[in-house]
Amino acid sequence: MDGQKMQVKTMTGAERLVRCMESHGVEYVFGLSGGAAMPIFDALVDSKIKLILTRHEQGATHMADGYARATGRPGVALVTSGPGATNTVTGLLTALMDSVPMIVLCGQTPTFNLGKDAFQEADVTGITYPVVKHSYLVTDVADIPRIMHEAFFLATSGRPGPILIDLPKDVTSALCSAPDPDLVNIPGYTTPGRAQQADLEAAAEALAKSKRPLLYVGHGAVISGAGELVTQLAEKLRAPVVNTLLGKGAVDETHALHLGMLGMHGTAYANKAVQNCDLIMAIGARWDDRITGRLSEFCTDATRIHVDVDRAEFDKTVTSHVQLLGDAKLVMEDLLPLVGRLDTEEWLEQCEGWRREFPLKYPKRGKALRAQHVLDRLNDLTEGQALVTTDVGQHQMWAAQFLRTRENRMWLSSGGAGTMGYGFPAAIGAQFARPDAQVWAIVGDGGFQMTMSELATAAIHKLPVKVLIINNNYLGMVRQWQELFFDNRLSGVDLEGNPDFVKLAAAYGIKGFYIRKPEEVDRVIKRAIAYNKGPCVIEAVVVKEDNVFPMIPAGAGYREMLIERPTKKLEKPQGST
Amino acid sequence: MNPSTTANALHTFSIITKDLPGVLVRIALVFARRGYNIESLAVSPGARTGFSRMTITSRGDSQNVEQIKRQLAKLIDVVYVTDHRDKAPVEVEIALLKLRSPRDARAQILGIVENFESQIVDDDDETVMVRLSGTSRELDDCIAALLPYNVEELIRSGKIVMDTGVSPLSDALNNVGL
Repeated sequence: MDGQKMQVKTMTGAERLVRCMESHGVEYVFGLSGGAAMPIFDALVDSKIKLILTRHEQGATHMADGYARATGRPGVALVTSGPGATNTVTGLLTALMDSVPMIVLCGQTPTFNLGKDAFQEADVTGITYPVVKHSYLVTDVADIPRIMHEAFFLATSGRPGPILIDLPKDVTSALCSAPDPDLVNIPGYTTPGRAQQADLEAAAEALAKSKRPLLYVGHGAVISGAGELVTQLAEKLRAPVVNTLLGKGAVDETHALHLGMLGMHGTAYANKAVQNCDLIMAIGARWDDRITGRLSEFCTDATRIHVDVDRAEFDKTVTSHVQLLGDAKLVMEDLLPLVGRLDTEEWLEQCEGWRREFPLKYPKRGKALRAQHVLDRLNDLTEGQALVTTDVGQHQMWAAQFLRTRENRMWLSSGGAGTMGYGFPAAIGAQFARPDAQVWAIVGDGGFQMTMSELATAAIHKLPVKVLIINNNYLGMVRQWQELFFDNRLSGVDLEGNPDFVKLAAAYGIKGFYIRKPEEVDRVIKRAIAYNKGPCVIEAVVVKEDNVFPMIPAGAGYREMLIERPTKKLEKPQGST
Repeated sequence: MNPSTTANALHTFSIITKDLPGVLVRIALVFARRGYNIESLAVSPGARTGFSRMTITSRGDSQNVEQIKRQLAKLIDVVYVTDHRDKAPVEVEIALLKLRSPRDARAQILGIVENFESQIVDDDDETVMVRLSGTSRELDDCIAALLPYNVEELIRSGKIVMDTGVSPLSDALNNVGL
């Protein structure tokens, strides 16, 4: 019996909960209070954990998510029962789809009222089953230490994900004298580490035969910190690299072997490489429909190797010839000694040819301000030093194309869920996590308005988050699809009634800048970089009707990639959203 | 053609789970989300305290069976899943069936019931209750044979299965210390 355990004095469940969070190194809890959660908010008064009061629970979850993605440590959100808890559903989905370690603590009506339609009661565990890695409804205060330790372990191990803990008010108020568990024991739960030797050898053998290999790097490589070893693998093999939207930063996108992002709005040269490779190796990526396009045509003749920590990802969409179950970093470590230089000079030259022939481009002349120009300049002026979050839509794709991410955890974007409203609160969470980082939230005018109430949160904490609003007064990505596939019959996309975002910022005491002309871009970006007294909002009023290219229409194959605006009418997307 | 590769084949899963509220919902969601209908479900405490054992039968595209198995295994409360493919597990199902039939039909009913190693457990002037047991297929056949005699009520337990000998399931549970 060690002394530590003897000293556990009797505390309330809420106090034990907070103590458990402290023991796991939690610095911040992002939350919004309410009746059923009051014992927990009360316990936080005496804790060194800093409570960040948000203006909406969705904001709290995205802040916790941004904190987690920026650090790799779990983010924590705390909300009350009923509507407080249901407002976390989008944040949970966002975190689940992108494998983000997050813990959501929900107050709940007392156990004796459960199931009786009590005030602010919602069956939160029931509502959230499909959007959590795991969840708990705590009915006995003695379970709190065990559940908290399990939750932190589950959130961060294996394939990370969100954990929800539903905490009835009588449970958090009751006294808890249960000891901390010695270790977490979850029978049947495994956290794959090193891959099987035979699979590694099979992968090495397949690589050795390849003339046109391609490394396809996803969020798993970011999460496991495999980037440096993936870079070594690429250099050793002399193989080009592409990454997914969430894989940005694992391998430096300015590296000579890097071809940028693949998939629906990937670079043409990345997508040509996908189309022509004879071997594709997914490293912590899951062959999402935004990557594959029409499945029946995707890399059918290539040898497919799949590295994943989640066995359920194997053969889910794309089947693979070699499957390496394990942590991406450990798999790279074990694979590197087994491979040698491949004869890929011709292949690399072909890729370089595509890079020269089909560069990312946008009209640079004229008076119109274009989003691509703003982002291109932001890329140059921030010199790879910016930690960037995005919202979802056209601005996100342009940012993914033009901002070349050089380091791990410097690019935070909602990929799987495609959650509009993610970018700004995620930037707040990231800035709390990394106070010295230059944090940019790149958002659209549509998504920003979904969570802009957090301007207050950023303002009161004087966070130097720079919010770049790419304002085209449209829900631009949908407008683009309506133009291309629905005869330009615009429906539900015109954001008439947008506020003046600089004046809106001023209402919160936040600094604001406009960019209306191309010649203002550099000056404003430089001023924003220099401004660190608090948040600032930059409203870039860009041309209303611009489209993101290249584009592989949803459900189409790679050979149908559009490099620029098509001259003939296109079929409506089939087989995908 | 191997029946397990047909588009709408019947699949049988054995699942060991923690005995906790909500486990069944999590499992049902895995099936429902992929459009699989659960045809039968039997749940009971297993050999190990605190853990339940389920047999689930479900119909659906067999290409997805492996995916369903993996998604089930991914649930934190699930300890082990097997789908008994390429195995011949011992299988049992029981049913209670009530017929509304006059006394003069009883001889034929008794004949059918005896043929299927089942028994009459209750009878009065208007009704006969039969207890059936056997494989699900045997139950299907027996019920079909009794259909002409006014089946008024029927409940089947859903089949339960167990692999013979030292199975991967027992090995897996021993490996995780259960």
